[in-house]
Amino acid sequence: MIPDWLLPISVGLVSLSSIGLLLNLDWRWSITILGLQYIGVFLLVSPAWEIELVATILVSGWMAGAVLGVTMSSISAAQPQEIRTGISERIFRLIAAGLVALVLISAVPKSESWFVQINPASRWGGFILIGMGFLHLGLTNNPLRVTLGLLTILSGFEIIYAEIESSTLVAGLLAIINLGLALVCAYLLIAPALEEAP
Amino acid sequence: MSAPILWIVIPIISGMGIFILRRWYRLSVLLGTALTLLLSLLAWLLPINELIIFGPWTIRIGERMTILGRQFILTNTDRPLLAILYLLAALWFASAYVAHAGRMYVPLGLIITGILTAVPAVDPFLYAALLLEVAALASVVLLNRPGQPVGRGTLRFLIFQTLGMPFLLFTGWLLTGVEASPSELDLVNRAAILLGFGFAFWLAIFPFYTWMPMLAEEVHPYSAGFVFLLMPFVVMLFGLGFLDRYAWLRGIEQLDTLLQIAGVMMVLTGGILAAFQHHLGRILGFAMMVEIGKAILSISLPAGLPLFFAMILPRASALAVWCLALSAIKPPANQTTPAGFSTIPDLRFNNINGLARRQPLVAGSVAIAHFSIAGMPILAGFPILLNLEYLLTGASPVIAFLTLLGTAGLFVGGLRSLAEFLRDSGTDANGWQFKERGAVVVFLIIGVIFILMLGLFPQVFLPPLATLTQTFERLPVLP
Repeated sequence: MIPDWLLPISVGLVSLSSIGLLLNLDWRWSITILGLQYIGVFLLVSPAWEIELVATILVSGWMAGAVLGVTMSSISAAQPQEIRTGISERIFRLIAAGLVALVLISAVPKSESWFVQINPASRWGGFILIGMGFLHLGLTNNPLRVTLGLLTILSGFEIIYAEIESSTLVAGLLAIINLGLALVCAYLLIAPALEEAP
Repeated sequence: MSAPILWIVIPIISGMGIFILRRWYRLSVLLGTALTLLLSLLAWLLPINELIIFGPWTIRIGERMTILGRQFILTNTDRPLLAILYLLAALWFASAYVAHAGRMYVPLGLIITGILTAVPAVDPFLYAALLLEVAALASVVLLNRPGQPVGRGTLRFLIFQTLGMPFLLFTGWLLTGVEASPSELDLVNRAAILLGFGFAFWLAIFPFYTWMPMLAEEVHPYSAGFVFLLMPFVVMLFGLGFLDRYAWLRGIEQLDTLLQIAGVMMVLTGGILAAFQHHLGRILGFAMMVEIGKAILSISLPAGLPLFFAMILPRASALAVWCLALSAIKPPANQTTPAGFSTIPDLRFNNINGLARRQPLVAGSVAIAHFSIAGMPILAGFPILLNLEYLLTGASPVIAFLTLLGTAGLFVGGLRSLAEFLRDSGTDANGWQFKERGAVVVFLIIGVIFILMLGLFPQVFLPPLATLTQTFERLPVLP
């Protein structure tokens, strides 16, 4: 059981990390931020689930990050390319994130009628991640960025869903899906360099 | 031994085993085809949860398997469904080698089929949403071959399939509230909205359809065909599961109208856009939209459930012939083409000019499969379209007319393809030739004969498929 004062800090952590993922296109920073984001998810889910079950989210999230990191490092070694972000692009992304934040500020308090039994910190954390994840998906065609966006949306969903469902099978399948997404992304990133025998 | 172990666990483990053996391409295709045929045959012959006597031995195939505290249940009523699922998989695996579908095709196909079989079996059934997502992840690897850069269609497929899952899981949670107080209209509306979004993402319902033509344009046609056939079919079975379990959902007055609008939008969009395409792959994608639309329309009709199940065989046969023929037109880049065979960069119209003069059987098969899905008389799709139009005219003449308009658009797309196949490109000085591989010709001829048989004798082939309705005991099946 985590103390109540930690919940708003967790919401702040997932907010900053999701915006950080959006603004930073360097893969090393992105994967580090993803790891931090999963700590926030872990803290927000822990009031609802037993610690052993919550640990699956953290471990699968970090493993997903590790898979992505190893893949990107091997690709970067072969093809040293870095996506550079200009200041104007960052400002654009920050403004877009601000617009999503405005929507969330007006929508999340009203979502109480839909999600009565879900505590406010989980609702805020969950919806912030879902909103930023959608924005992330809307701004990219890169497999790594798409995967980061999907993992962010799924993390937000997990925070909310954990309050209403505590089945071990669900926790296991969600962990498999997180890891599966990372593995599929790794495959998509290295597939062009693979050769299939005729 | 239990039924879930036989029809879920064994295919998944076998798929992993065959993955190791993928170096021996022909052997892996043979093993996969034999296993799926065997599983289909067993589903047809072996009763579940009853004593089976083999000489001195007696065995009983149980119906339950428990994993992490949740059950997977397959009963006798699921057997026709299992038989048809594995028969379809066998049909697709059999010609995988000839279609150059890739060494990962059969192992991944087996794993996907096993996971999709678990969808109707898992209890609580809402967890099927998670299994569908796992199947979608495996499908992405199937679609994107080694050596091929990832396309936008594949990424969109991944995104839309992943986004569908949370909507369905939230719906499941809301449904428990609706069951407790079905008179609360707010709750019913919320559940219906989330349900609608979930299925719209999964079934590529307008406006979330963009991945279908993009995928069919980018990836190997045989891989795309497998995903187009199995994923929407199992998603629709999952949807029927909702209708079967929740009386309040069946009781929504506007449900039939909503389904008809969604279905006709798919048929109309897919059909009209197919008429204006310049790429054979994209036309295939739009044709699949029309098929999904027709399936949704059949579900919306009071007597449409047998028709929904009867559709699967004509669709599968036409799709298999179509995809195999497209694979023969443009083999993957890493395949060596025999001397005298021309290679084309892609399936755009300007590359397939005069194809019928070089590969007449392949070009003819594409046209026949296309016209079958468009519902041309004497072909497999015709009895289905005729029945659908007959039922729709009774329910809503406007929807029936728009459906006909959509299929007419698809028909026009077929005529345009045919015109390109027959056009004299001026480069074929030798006149008509047969530059087709023998194995491809054999499979295509078998497929085309089957399409003709289905069209000429629907009364022989289609009624047994209607028995699949027994899986959904509470859904109305009018005579």
